[in-house]
Parts: sequence; C-alpha cells; structure tokens
Amino acid sequence: MTKIKSLEDLKKMQAGLRKQIELREKGENPDAHTQIRVAMATCGIASGSKEVMDYLMEESEKRNLDVVVTQAGCMGYCHSEPTIEVTLPGEEPLTYGNVDKKKADEILEKHVKLGQLVDGIIPVTHKTIEEKK
Amino acid sequence: MAKHKMNLMVCGGTGCYASAKGDLVKALSEELEANDLSGEVQVITTGCFGFCEKGPIVKVLPDNTFYVEVQPEDAEQIVKEHVIKGRKVEKLLYKHPHTKERISDSVHMDFYKKQIRIALRNCGIVDPESIDDYIAREGYQALGTVLGELGPQKTIDIMKESGLRGRGGGGFPAGLKWQFAKNNPSDEKYVVCNADEGDPGAFMDRSILEGDPHTVIEAMIINGYAIHANEGLVYIRAEYPLAIKRLKIALNQAREYGLLGKDILGSGFDFDIQIRYGAGAFVCGEETALIQSMEGERGEPTVKPPFPAESGYRGKPTNVNNVETYANIPVIINKGASWFASIGSKNSKGTKVFALAGKVNNVGLIEVPMGTTLREVIFEIGGGIKDGKKFKAVQTGGPSGGCLTHKHLDTPIDYDNLIKVGSMMGSGGMIVMDEDDCMVSVSKFYLDFTVEESCGKCSPCRIGNKRLYEILERITDGKGKKEDLDKLRNLSTVIKEASLCGLGQTSPNPVMSTMDNFYEEYEQHVTDKKCAAGSCKSLMSYHIIAENCVGCTACARKCPVNCITGEKKQVHEIKQDLCIKCGNCMEVCKFNAVTII
Repeated sequence: MTKIKSLEDLKKMQAGLRKQIELREKGENPDAHTQIRVAMATCGIASGSKEVMDYLMEESEKRNLDVVVTQAGCMGYCHSEPTIEVTLPGEEPLTYGNVDKKKADEILEKHVKLGQLVDGIIPVTHKTIEEKK
Repeated sequence: MAKHKMNLMVCGGTGCYASAKGDLVKALSEELEANDLSGEVQVITTGCFGFCEKGPIVKVLPDNTFYVEVQPEDAEQIVKEHVIKGRKVEKLLYKHPHTKERISDSVHMDFYKKQIRIALRNCGIVDPESIDDYIAREGYQALGTVLGELGPQKTIDIMKESGLRGRGGGGFPAGLKWQFAKNNPSDEKYVVCNADEGDPGAFMDRSILEGDPHTVIEAMIINGYAIHANEGLVYIRAEYPLAIKRLKIALNQAREYGLLGKDILGSGFDFDIQIRYGAGAFVCGEETALIQSMEGERGEPTVKPPFPAESGYRGKPTNVNNVETYANIPVIINKGASWFASIGSKNSKGTKVFALAGKVNNVGLIEVPMGTTLREVIFEIGGGIKDGKKFKAVQTGGPSGGCLTHKHLDTPIDYDNLIKVGSMMGSGGMIVMDEDDCMVSVSKFYLDFTVEESCGKCSPCRIGNKRLYEILERITDGKGKKEDLDKLRNLSTVIKEASLCGLGQTSPNPVMSTMDNFYEEYEQHVTDKKCAAGSCKSLMSYHIIAENCVGCTACARKCPVNCITGEKKQVHEIKQDLCIKCGNCMEVCKFNAVTII
C-alpha cells in the first residue's frame, strides 16, 4: 500500500474517499439538504421509478447538487407514477407526478438549483396524521 | 460498481454483539444477495449508536430509519419491505416508552435530541475497521495540520485555550499536563493512553475504541509530537477483546499508510504505538499504578510528586491521557479552540460521554454538552424511570463518586458542580436508582468493590475500607447501633485524608454522600431495624393479611422451604423462623394477601 507522504496527499485522498461516506453523513442531518423521495412501490417500479431514481442520484452527483435521494413506499398517486417528492431545506414538500428522465432533469435544474416550481405538481388534497391532531 | 443507494449500518459494539442471536451482518448481506441488491445496498459494521437498551440496532441511511432489537430472522423483512418496497418495518421501530408511538427515525427520538456527539462523532457512521472511512471524515488531517503548520507549542496552546479537561475523572486541564511534559527535557518521553476503564457499568472508552480507534491513534501521535515523545503505549484491559482487535487492525492500517512509523507525513517526526494489557485491576486506572503495571511491577500507585510528567514510564517524562480525552483532540485542532470552548459550561468545556444505566427506560451511551442537567439526562434522554416507579437517586462517578437525589436534579453537570454537591464526574458512569433501592445497600455494594480492588499498599485504604464495609454489613443485617453512624463518618474522613492515591481518597464517597442525602434511611436501619426499600432481607419479613387470604394454597405450593401452613379455604400463615425471604409467595398471590413488614 502506498504511504501518505504529506498533508496534501492526505487531503487528495480524502476528497477521493468522501463519496463513500457522503450518503451516511447526509442521512445524519437530512434537513440540511434537499431531499428527494422516489415512490418505489410496485406501481412506481413498473412505470420506471427505479431508472428515475438512478438518474436523479447520478445527475445530482454530476451536477454537484446537495441532494439526498431516498426511496419511499407507495404515495398513492398510482395514476401518475413515477412520483417523486422534493423537499428543499426548511420548506414544505412538493410532489411531482409522471416524472421521466426529462422531467427529472428539469426538476433538478429549476426546482432544486433555483427554487422555481415546475409543471406537474400534484396538489396535496388529503390530510396527514399530524394535521388531524 | 454501481453507486450505493442505501447503507444498512449495523452496530458492531459489544452490547449489540451480545444481544444478537446470530450474525446480523451475514444475514442481511445474504438476503441482499438473494434479491440481487448487493450492488445497491451496502451493509456496514459500525460503532456504538449508544442505544444499547434496545440492541441490536440497525440504522438505515440516508433515510435515518432506526431499527431496534433486530435479529437475523428480521433480515428478510428489512430487505423485502424497506429496501425493495420502501416501507418501514413497523414492528422494529422504536416505541416511545410513554406514548407507545412508533418513532420512525433517530432524528425524532428523545434519546438523541439533547446530544452533541464530538467524542462519539464517528460511532455509527464509519466502519471502525476501515481507515479509509476515517480519512473520508477528515481523519488524520488534524495530525497533518499539527505536523505541517502548528508545531508543538502552538498545538499545546490550542489545547489550553480549548479548556479541555481530562475525561478520566480528575478533570485536570489537558493542555497544562502536556505543557509540563514538554517542559521537562529528556532524551526519551512517552505518551500513554489510559484505556483501563474500571468503573462498574461504564463503557465509554470501550465504545470509542471499538467504534473509532483511529481517532485515539491520531490524537496520540499529536500528543507525542507536542511533547517530543516518539513512543506511545495504550494500556487496555484484556477484558476488552473487541476493542483490542479493532485497535490492532487500526494500528496496522496506520502503519501501512505511513501515519505511524518513520517520518510521518514528511515531517521528519517518528512515532509508533504499542499495546499493553491490563489484568483488570481497578487501581491501575490511576496513572502511577498504571505506569508501575506497564513496567511489569505490581499495580500499586506511587507517591506524587514526582508526577509522571517529570518521572513516569521507565523514569522518563510521561503523559497519560484517557481515551475520551484523546477522542476530542482531532476535532479541537480541526475546528479550533474557540469552537470547542463555545460548548459546555464556564469551567468545563465540550461534552461528556456517560454510560447511563440502572432503572431508566433508555439505557445506553450518551454524549451531552457540559452543563446539561441531571433531569434532562434522566428524564428526557433516559426516558424516565422504568415501570413508572419513582426516582430516588443517581450515582455518578462510579465507586469514587456519590449518590445525588431529587434536590440535585437541576444541577448542571460539570466537574465543579458535581464535586460541590458531594459527588464527582468520574469517568462517566451514571446509575439511576428507584424507590426499590436501599441506599445503605448501595454504598455497601460500592464498598465491596473498593475492598476487592484496593491494592493494599497503604493501610487507610486496605484496612479502613474493610472496616467500613463491616459496619455497613452490620447495619444491613439489622445489627447496627446508633454509634455506628458516627463511626462511619469518622472513619470515612480518615480514609479520605490518609490514603495514598485516588482510590482510597475517594472510596468513602458513596458512604458519605448517601449519609448526607439519605441519613434518615440509615437511622431507620439502626433504630427501627427497617429497610423501607425492602431490599435488606434481614430487616424484613413476609406476612399474610388475613382479610385478603382466601386459602387458595398457591403460596404454600410455591414455597421452596414449606414454611407456609394452612388448610384449603383457610387463612394461611408464614413460619418466620423457616422463611428464607425468597418472595415467591408474594409473587404468586393473586389476592394481594402477602405483605412485607
């Protein structure tokens, strides 16, 4: 194994190794990052949510976006799969339906990067358990 | 290799190892393999999450799901439900002790809300057997900064400014200790990591070494460089096999990367670390006894001065620091002294790790900022007293500390405050007691420990503690006299003042603090011959309440010594001279007809 010869070497090495723990670090403090949850139930997977999730993960990394992509269960919008839920830090979550790679690209570029809303938002009409209380 | 979407963090601490009924990592990996998911989901063994009460713990990242009491047979459900379908496995989520609600992630658990993890920062995130994980978390960068930019004196100045005090118990300022060792000229110097964690129920140091061994190694190298020492020793008790194994792996990895050995990071500084095993004597946690033991002598303390900073291991200047103290150091260098000094209370900076145990709902390892109150620790983080019982006392500082009570609950925990109220920080054991605990028995328990562990070198400790124990035994046996209480106090004072080392100087603390806070309980034992908590067997007897007894014979059948007599449907009676006070009769009676007097 090669020896680390200087602080510069060490820092370079750290930069290379960061990726392997980034996922864990972000998870420790989820509210500080943009969170994207992809509905990955049977209906979602059948309509291509797995590909969308992979795309979101790869692209946000390529574009250097501070995003945590996680998978969720069925969100109930089976008519509009794949659905994803985007939560910017400190904001309310918004749900998008019929997300393909093109849509995902738009969401990353506009919503995540600039905070602009994109067409395709599914309005929330139901009440959550928290609200009932 | 595909990028991992999800990490399953499996606790690899001794506590969770012990409570797992098989190999959890293997079960999860196999299940992932079977579902063709090994490329997407990674299973990682990590350090202690602290929530030992509900182990084994599996945490799913990045969604932060916190699964408790996970057994290998649950692997299938975790993979099929959570990993594949994204649905959390309800039955494995933590249940709130009062509201009974399932809590889906660690962010919302009371246990974690008040905690700041500095010393434990990597426990639960890195794989302790991977130096790459540690480097990814800015590991060894503090060392790089110290070697390349700061130099020895500036490093020590940062330590002083940070206000870091020794976490082993004494609370001596670490920077000052380093300065003394640096100022003593010598051709050879040593740094020693004290991993001889001896307090009953304490496992802070073990968890750090098991979960993040590299942080200790990094800090030891920094320590060595700052005081001009080229050799480090870790004195660890042989009862910590997992910590030893992980430390050895970490040492080898550091050597392979050139972070230990000759010319570290091109600085020209040489340093290496050896491991020394302790045989588990409590007194060897005392630094002079520890040094004696490392030299192959009997583990007995020596008179200070000379302090180890002048004449320690092999008669050379030696710097002994505790594991947890070390775990703070790389962060202090990376984030700065003022950052560290901004956390904590006026004279105690930073955080402290406690092993919370006893009658609380959430037993485990916690790290809280100095100045957090006992109430916050016990009732918020600890989730209150088990089974809805009443809080009675909390013991801090192990056998050297004392018992605190209701009136101390709002005391902010730090070195000075705890001493002021008659206890001490110690290494961080915290044992909570409820109404069923008898304070005389508690101090007898700690005395029993000290009598066992006294090295025998000085008579106040060797003989005094034994006599102290005998008096306590007399009292709990119901043979105590009123004068015994004064004797206890006087003898305690003498032992404290006349003993050679910290062990004897603090051993009467449990007695003195319980006498201060629970004097009426001692009085009750000697004058009324009663133990209100019902734990001193000699002072209680079981009786049958005639009005409640229906004569079902259940108690008589359960009694192992056949001391309960009575016909069917007739009131029964317990023969006191035969009764061994096992309590079976009380347990089995459905009519509340058995009582303790």
